[in-house]
Amino acid sequence: MLTVEHITGGYDAAKPIVQDVSFTVKKGGILGILGPNGSGKSTLLKVISGILPSTNGQVLIAEQNIKTFSPKAFARKIAVLPQLHAHAFSHTVRETVTLGRYPHQNSWFSTWSEQDEEAVQKAMQQTGVDCYEHTNLEFLSGGEQQRTFVAQALAQQADILLLDEPTNHLDIAHQRQLLDMIRLEAVQNGLTVVSVFHDMNLASLYCDQLLLMEKGRVRAIGEPHEVLKEQQIFEVYNTRVSSYPHPELPKPQVTLMPSVSESHAPYVVTKEQFKIRDEFVELRTDFPLKAVSSAVHNAGFGWFQSFVNRAVDLNYMCEDAHEELKRYLEKHDFMPSNTVAMMTAVAVEHVVIREFSSSIGSIIVAVTAGVGNAVDVSRAHERVSAPYIGTINTWVIINGKLTDESFMQAMITATEAKTKAMHSEEIMDPISNTIATGTSTDSLLIASTQSGTFMEYAGPITDIGKLIGRGVFETTVIALQDYKRAKGWI
Amino acid sequence: MRKTFLGYIIAIVILIVSIWLGVSIGSVKVSISTLWNTAADPTATNILWKIRMPRVVLAGLVGASLAIAGAAFQGLLKNPLADPYTLGVSSGASVGAVVTLFFGISTPILGIYTLPTFSMIGALLAMMGVMAFARLVDRTLKMETLILTGIIVSSFLGSVISLMIALTGEELRQIIGWLMGSVSMRGWPYVKMVWPFVLIGSFLLWLNRRELNAMLFGEERAKYLGVDVKKSKIMILTGGSMLTGAAVAVSGTIGFVGLVVPHMTRLVFGADHRHLLPLSFLNGASLLIICDLVARTIIAPTELPIGVITAFIGAPVFSYIFFRQRRTKGA
Repeated sequence: MLTVEHITGGYDAAKPIVQDVSFTVKKGGILGILGPNGSGKSTLLKVISGILPSTNGQVLIAEQNIKTFSPKAFARKIAVLPQLHAHAFSHTVRETVTLGRYPHQNSWFSTWSEQDEEAVQKAMQQTGVDCYEHTNLEFLSGGEQQRTFVAQALAQQADILLLDEPTNHLDIAHQRQLLDMIRLEAVQNGLTVVSVFHDMNLASLYCDQLLLMEKGRVRAIGEPHEVLKEQQIFEVYNTRVSSYPHPELPKPQVTLMPSVSESHAPYVVTKEQFKIRDEFVELRTDFPLKAVSSAVHNAGFGWFQSFVNRAVDLNYMCEDAHEELKRYLEKHDFMPSNTVAMMTAVAVEHVVIREFSSSIGSIIVAVTAGVGNAVDVSRAHERVSAPYIGTINTWVIINGKLTDESFMQAMITATEAKTKAMHSEEIMDPISNTIATGTSTDSLLIASTQSGTFMEYAGPITDIGKLIGRGVFETTVIALQDYKRAKGWI
Repeated sequence: MRKTFLGYIIAIVILIVSIWLGVSIGSVKVSISTLWNTAADPTATNILWKIRMPRVVLAGLVGASLAIAGAAFQGLLKNPLADPYTLGVSSGASVGAVVTLFFGISTPILGIYTLPTFSMIGALLAMMGVMAFARLVDRTLKMETLILTGIIVSSFLGSVISLMIALTGEELRQIIGWLMGSVSMRGWPYVKMVWPFVLIGSFLLWLNRRELNAMLFGEERAKYLGVDVKKSKIMILTGGSMLTGAAVAVSGTIGFVGLVVPHMTRLVFGADHRHLLPLSFLNGASLLIICDLVARTIIAPTELPIGVITAFIGAPVFSYIFFRQRRTKGA
């Protein structure tokens, strides 16, 4: 356990850079230190490790003041990885790592024990530098040198590891490898880690606690989500960021919001931009739209420039529909990474595309409706059969700027409008014999130009909600009637 | 491991061959067998034991001292161009020695060790002066800064020595001959005078072999590795000054040995001080014995100062190291 109590210090005792910093890292914990350039991150590390003098406060290892340790005893407790520097002479990798055993050795006679050898071998393997064992450091890349010094620090077998930007000079694969390894050492062997980071996202991913420094003082300390707050980051770094969740881990990530933006007239999508081809309906735009969808290809949130609704045969069966659809898109000159694509059993000529506008702007709604598989969602639990094809695909393209909240509300509003259309057209669930609410495989796409009118909310009684509700309802009704005509029901 | 073992074997063989050559070659040819042949010609025995042998041993001790001191200074300062001569430490030792001779200082406690002791003090003061001034100029102690400071201090101390020589008048010749650097006509008393300094100085450096390895990565990293940097520094500076003082006291200033030997040794066996220090010691001894042999035979019967030969080899090596360092850093 490492405890830092009210530490103050720096290069000049009269003007201490680090002021009144306190924190505790328990055994096996990882603390990340963040802060702008010149906020005293590296200086704090140097004051903790005793390289720079402290004028106030104390550093305790397992409740013992570090000033009571001899240099060697200190090095057995704390290993430090400073920033990488160039050197006039160079050792081989092995010689460098071997130096990590210095604090464990008697100063008079070199006794190289089996334990020393084991520690050196293990450290080299963990950092993946064992293959360069007999190479001189000067012939290695910056990243390989950095890993060698990490191995040196590990060979010290100290309880506490202090790192100053350990991932400098490393590519992402080695960043991950190095931090994974340190994390594992912490979790499995109880290594206590304090590390300075430049990259907030890496720090968030690998640290239990973050400490945000500002002008030598602690601005915030706590779990990543308590520290990486948009407003706080803005105040400390004077840079706008947006925070979003990591796709797999409960850790916040932040991304920069560039302050340069090209000025342009608001982007507008019109009905005329939709093209009906032999096998699909497409919309291509000159600029990316922000979209959220339940499409087959590129579902979820993203920015896209092409949108495809592909008609497939009723008997379309494919082991891997995703892969097949991707190849289909490539064949038809779409960039798969820039395209959202859905599939339907309805022939393309039955697509209904309508534009709706009010004082706040306009939206375009495109619907293909097949209700051969209509389902009453409230009675679906009674079904046992596998679904067969028959889908309502709904696209809502909005000329306006939406928040995440309004994207979600737009999805609800559009779905409610679709259900109302089913109701008004009296489409039945053939099994429960009640009015259906949709089909078993409906898809929805909400896309917006993110320019023009700002729409914070999109619930049913907001201006945009009214357009969506009316637009989706009317368009779906037309599409359903068309379907009925095609089936000869009316 | 095998490579360094081989290094020791080769160094020892070269040293033995150098001693053999140094002892047997000269105006009078003396067979090496005279060493153990009690029935040998008494003149030959005399030449061997009274003239050649002490000269070879002294050259060996001086060469070894300068080389191991150079290796240690280079490691401590992380500067491949550092050696007792380029740092101005030799000049400091010279001043110490000249002062002793000039004022005729003799202390009963130190006895025959007075001269090397004062030399050593001179060396230590010069070293501290150079480091303090260089640090004032540039805190990172860049290679060039340190060497420039060494030149400044050397020139200044050189003028101090010239002044003292000018004031001595009659003893002038003796001191000038000594200043040029020579191991001739010294005899066993000089060997007796310096060997304890060589032994203790080398031992001090050898004790810090691993600390020197750590300090190659900078004092900060060495501290993190558990090195008591302050203590090691004092030991290394004292040991280095002791060796330089001893060498200068008996042979005057001989340049570049401390530069050439560690550099060559490092090229072949790497920068690990555990082997660099002893190997430099052995190779330094061999080099100076050979240089002395060349100095006294190349234009026989005239003898060249040994410093001429070492500078002849040393200056090009110095230029080469400087060139290489600048090139790799500039790239």
